[in-house]
Amino acid sequence: MDAFFSTYVWPTAIMIGQSLLLLVALLLFIAYILLADRKIWAAVQLRRGPNVVGPWGLFQSFADLLKFVFKEPVIPAGANKTIFLLAPLVSVTLALAAWAVIPLNANWVIANVNVGILFVFAISSLEVYGIIMGGWASNSKYPFLGALRSAAQMVSYEVSIGFVIVTVLLCVGSLNLTDIVIAQNDGLGTMLGLPASFLDWHWLSLFPMFIIFFISALAETNRPPFDLPEAESELVAGFMVEYGSTPYMMFMLGEYAAICLMCALTTILFLGGWLPPVDIWILNWVPGIIWFVLKASLVFFMFAMVKAFVPRYRYDQLMRLGWKVFLPLSLAMVVIVAFVLKLMGWA
Amino acid sequence: MGLQALFFYLFAFIAVASAFMVIAAKNPVYSVLFLILTFFNAAGLFLLTGAEFLAMILLVVYVGAVAVLFLFVVMMLDIDFAELRAGVLEYAPIGALIGMILAAELIVVAGGWAFSPEIAKGIAMPIPAPSERTNTAALGDVLYTHYVYFFQIAGLVLLVAMIGAIVLTLRHRQNIKRQSIPQQVARTPETAVEVVTVKPGQGI
Repeated sequence: MDAFFSTYVWPTAIMIGQSLLLLVALLLFIAYILLADRKIWAAVQLRRGPNVVGPWGLFQSFADLLKFVFKEPVIPAGANKTIFLLAPLVSVTLALAAWAVIPLNANWVIANVNVGILFVFAISSLEVYGIIMGGWASNSKYPFLGALRSAAQMVSYEVSIGFVIVTVLLCVGSLNLTDIVIAQNDGLGTMLGLPASFLDWHWLSLFPMFIIFFISALAETNRPPFDLPEAESELVAGFMVEYGSTPYMMFMLGEYAAICLMCALTTILFLGGWLPPVDIWILNWVPGIIWFVLKASLVFFMFAMVKAFVPRYRYDQLMRLGWKVFLPLSLAMVVIVAFVLKLMGWA
Repeated sequence: MGLQALFFYLFAFIAVASAFMVIAAKNPVYSVLFLILTFFNAAGLFLLTGAEFLAMILLVVYVGAVAVLFLFVVMMLDIDFAELRAGVLEYAPIGALIGMILAAELIVVAGGWAFSPEIAKGIAMPIPAPSERTNTAALGDVLYTHYVYFFQIAGLVLLVAMIGAIVLTLRHRQNIKRQSIPQQVARTPETAVEVVTVKPGQGI
């Protein structure tokens, strides 16, 4: 009986505990990132933003949560009820599931799998299902058009995201996310004889890829200026038109969880994960998780700023950017990086 | 071992049940969704055998791309399902015939199955432990080192197929207003904007 407990029960209990801890931390982070998004947007437009609930509006997200939960869910008569309710669940579950492999600090990861980056890529390519299912099940024109648009958009930008990830993997030589961060301990900076610093991270050595990844991440998560699936001036609210109360909140939660995931992924791939910006004792003394959260928040700040000051793309321009600009650029970069690594003997 | 067996039966049962539902579901959209569930569970089975790379590629390629296109097409079809079902029985004899032929072939193949003596040698070769060699690296060796020419030929075949598909569907319509991106980008305020001082009451 003791063996049974020590091999099955305790590991499972620890795993569940860790997952719950991560989930609660993540949901709290999302609550505040939502508020930050609104505050930053307001500041750019010289407004105050939400400032009534709690000090400086800090409890706004929780008030919104209560409001969504206590509202009556309305399901249209012609809708396909099962899929209509399944769609937001799929979207939120997938967005949260990918966090299982994200390393937040050295050895702070729930599942340290060998193919971590592929797992994240697979999950983020599945997020389109929530949108398509929701759009189709609503049985209405605007949602359906929004769903079709977003399916095309997300599939297009996945291609360039895939190639950007390949260039990083070529430099690292591993699909494990922890290995990717550790590989950024030395790079361009240490090659010049400097101590380990932010110059070693991939953002510098793979500079155009960093920009392409950031823009593709915006398109992949349907953020402005690429929020065509829910372009309110043409499609009202796209695939979410028929949704209200809790199902709507779950779509929203899934969207922001996906955005946080993309911020974390940018941090891991290009900004050195939990590594301190300069390798000196006082910065090393700060826990890695704080660096990780700071970097991810910085990336999110850029996400929010882009929303505030870039106008929305037209749909054909969006497709052109994905297929005719990013795809050739990232494909060429894969070949160049592979050649450079081979010729210089770095691989 | 017990946990692995439990998960194997879970994945296998859901995979078979949802594969059955793919052909049994009345609505084609449900069929595609069940197909996706089948893929998911197949990926789970791959994971159980330790083929983690294959499992993820199955998810990325089949679920993330191919099934999206299926769903895309099926959703846009506007079919009267009752009408579609009406003629099914007419084709039943042909379907049964094809099924019987396939079954007979399978039986012949399975009956005449024998291991070639080469395989015994292959099994005797040492397989490195998973901790030393990840299956991503092992697959890369096979594809890009040992069989690189076959891989390139396969790529070429796919390229030809892709070009063929584009040639078949591309039609360049005349008399359509198109935006020339270089021209658009080259525009400056000097070429695009004219500042006119308008006198009150006169207009331009």
